[in-house]
Amino acid sequence: MSVWQSYRMRLRRKRAKIRAWRKHFSLRCIANRTDQIQPGDILLFSTLRDEHVRLPYFLKYYRDLGVSHFVIVDNGSTDGGAEYLADQPDVSLWSTTGSYKRSRFGVDWLNWLQQKYAHGHWTLVVDPDELFVYPFCDTRPIRALTDWLDVSQVKSFGAMLLDMYPKGRIDAVPYRPGQNPLEIASWFDPGNYQIEKNKGYGNLWIQGGARARVFFANQPQQSPALNKIPLVKWDKHYTYVSSTHMLLPRGLNLTYDEWGGEKASGVLLHAKFLDTFTIKAAEELTRRQHYSASVEYKAYAEKFDDTPDLWCKWSEKYINWRQLEILGLMSKGNWA
Amino acid sequence: MLVHTAFGRAEQIARHWAASGCPIVIHADKSVPRKSYSAFKAALSDLPDVRFAKRHRCEWGTWGLVAATQEASQIMLDTFPDVRHVYLSSGSCLPLRPVQELIDYLEERPHTDFIESATTADVPWTMGGLDQERFTLRFPFSWRKHRYLFDRYVALQRMVRFKRKIPNGIVPHMGSQWWCLTRQTLSAILEDAERVNYDRYFKKVWIPDESYFQTLARLYSRQIESRSLTLSKFDYQGKPHIFYDDHLQLLRRSDCFVARKIWPFANKLYDAFLTDMSGAMKRTEPNPGKIDRIFAKAVDRRTRGRPGLIMQSRFPVEGRENGLTCAQYSVFEGFSDLFENFESWLSKATSARVHGHLFAPERAEFSEGQVVMNGALSDSAELRDYNPQAFLASLIWNTRGERQCFQFGPRDVQDIEWEIAKDHNAQISVITGAWAVPLFKSNRNFSDIRQEAAQLQQIESEHLKTLRSTWTKARVRIWSMAEFIEAPMEPLQAIIDEIGQQNLRGLAEVPRMSDLTGFGQFLQNLKNQGMHPYLMGDFPVSHGPGDTGHTQPKPYLVR
Repeated sequence: MSVWQSYRMRLRRKRAKIRAWRKHFSLRCIANRTDQIQPGDILLFSTLRDEHVRLPYFLKYYRDLGVSHFVIVDNGSTDGGAEYLADQPDVSLWSTTGSYKRSRFGVDWLNWLQQKYAHGHWTLVVDPDELFVYPFCDTRPIRALTDWLDVSQVKSFGAMLLDMYPKGRIDAVPYRPGQNPLEIASWFDPGNYQIEKNKGYGNLWIQGGARARVFFANQPQQSPALNKIPLVKWDKHYTYVSSTHMLLPRGLNLTYDEWGGEKASGVLLHAKFLDTFTIKAAEELTRRQHYSASVEYKAYAEKFDDTPDLWCKWSEKYINWRQLEILGLMSKGNWA
Repeated sequence: MLVHTAFGRAEQIARHWAASGCPIVIHADKSVPRKSYSAFKAALSDLPDVRFAKRHRCEWGTWGLVAATQEASQIMLDTFPDVRHVYLSSGSCLPLRPVQELIDYLEERPHTDFIESATTADVPWTMGGLDQERFTLRFPFSWRKHRYLFDRYVALQRMVRFKRKIPNGIVPHMGSQWWCLTRQTLSAILEDAERVNYDRYFKKVWIPDESYFQTLARLYSRQIESRSLTLSKFDYQGKPHIFYDDHLQLLRRSDCFVARKIWPFANKLYDAFLTDMSGAMKRTEPNPGKIDRIFAKAVDRRTRGRPGLIMQSRFPVEGRENGLTCAQYSVFEGFSDLFENFESWLSKATSARVHGHLFAPERAEFSEGQVVMNGALSDSAELRDYNPQAFLASLIWNTRGERQCFQFGPRDVQDIEWEIAKDHNAQISVITGAWAVPLFKSNRNFSDIRQEAAQLQQIESEHLKTLRSTWTKARVRIWSMAEFIEAPMEPLQAIIDEIGQQNLRGLAEVPRMSDLTGFGQFLQNLKNQGMHPYLMGDFPVSHGPGDTGHTQPKPYLVR
């Protein structure tokens, strides 16, 4: 990496910071409980819109893992989710009616809030439909992981997005608030992923899975990126560049080993495909607030019209993290 | 007891030792803020036999740790004259067996020093490639904080061939920092007339806490047991493995006296081991075998990984894959052209899974016409060609335990050829020129056939260059078609044997070869059209009548 390239990356990071500053004007504070945050707390940041039905389980799941405080940006929900969140004792809520797309899919808003409140904390940045799974998550709280990462002098932890889906039509079983979404969407594709290295930022670019198999079999380059780095020991100089796919400075993107070994990694179980999805997809088509003019949602709309089923004979039913470890989707690394 | 963090737990442990009548000297790191130190001190003030040593700054791998140990040991020996064994432990150590058992154990061995101590030549756990050099170079810079200076200074000393003299010809030994020494040995070390010299020397040794007492104990000990009573495992970077709640059963079964390092929030472990089990456990020798295996496996996973697995946290650069795929597989080129029922025959003759042309331009021809295979791998040609290497690696990974075979040929998408050639798990068998058989049988205009034949021949000859290159690691066998049909049984048997089929009686059935009557003439026609088919070897223009192979069950009759 030449000095020139390093300098350009630095400029990019600065630019992202400036963007975050510009976009923060559209944020309106609804409930600020950040004074509760203690040193060493693990924080969760999220942007959402109309996800009320998922919130009870989402909050419970992460509270149980040991997240101490939630910082959430509500992008114009109309389903009562914002009011629900504002009442939670461990949630700080900001609201905005700004464009999701023009804040680079929420990254700018969260970059700003992270810069302000997450400095020195381990932070998890996830969507409400993503459930974070890491090695030993059934017996060790997230604090055990972050303590171990601290001792190992590791600052970021990768977790690939794993699309979960039900068997049969995705709208066959309605999702109830508070229910574990994995009870319905309990299947995933175990071994059809493609990985490339992004030379500029040094992160891996992962595609594949159920969405590539069903929606993008004829245009694989369009299929969504599955690589994510959701857990970072945040510093106010850091910034997410594109969703949580990559960060600057680039060193944070090296969550993989290049010399044949395995680093520890987790998985984000992506319970997107519930009965709520069909409505959302139709809405997103008109809003066009998602990546590359919502190309993803267009593909879904086309495909789901005739066969709203992602399940196939070789789909795997989710059991626990050990299963994902054995399948090679995540790794314990040298954590034992 | 050396303490630098998690004072609540340290206090708990101190009380546990004290409850069994063990006097304790505590050393807290100087970098601990005065406030929390005095709070800690106050919390333990009700225990009569607890002393605090003068604080030193204890950075990893530096002299401070030894100085602290010396200081604390001195206090221990001076203040408590009844003490016979001194056990060096830390705030994150956890006694696994009742303290009384440890006391009894030591009572039975009154003159034994438990200290892991081995010469540098005999230990594998050297960090950063420094073993003997730990003792012959100087290390004024911190490895953690000033790695660059550390490395440069080592390089400089190597360049000028600098070597320190080891005082009095002592033989450097290394071993675990956590020891248990007798009063005799420990006091001999501390009261040695040469101690000033030794201290001055060890101050500049790298990681002296793993060598100071280990070396000097060798001078005075009457009886050394070269092992540590503290169960402590290190990973490949030299940092200790940490124990959590889910290790409870493992630790119980280890029969070790003390374990290090325990995560401060592992409540279950602290609850389980600190409530005295009143000697209910059997009095056995420590046996940490299972724990050793688990941690050794973890280190192996981190450094070597699972061969053939490409995933989000294992993405090796070229050459470091430790196997591009995870299991052996076979590639057949030309066989399904020459034999009419090759695929079904092969799957019957072996227990392997036999695919068609996985890299066919239209779709991946999985066995039994499946559109999705193990791992939900799609047969879409676009998805496959988007990253053919990932496709192949995934297929082999997803079907671990079942041997995979597939067909390949010049009609297929060729992007994968180098990956296969470089893969030592691949077993490639080629009948060159067999692609001409389907052309020969086809009902097409001859000019089209000629054109396609020229193209296929070119592709195959390029492919053969790849297979014969020096980079090829696959097991490659190449026959020209003429050569192969001369005596097909022998190569077929060899291939089947390599796949590892249980049937030892030899092949019961042979695949049916295509009828090649007139093939020689066909080749001659191509030649007459100005195309030169050479990859199939020499075919006579006319075959003798009757021995076409089609009606003959035994292919070795084919001439």
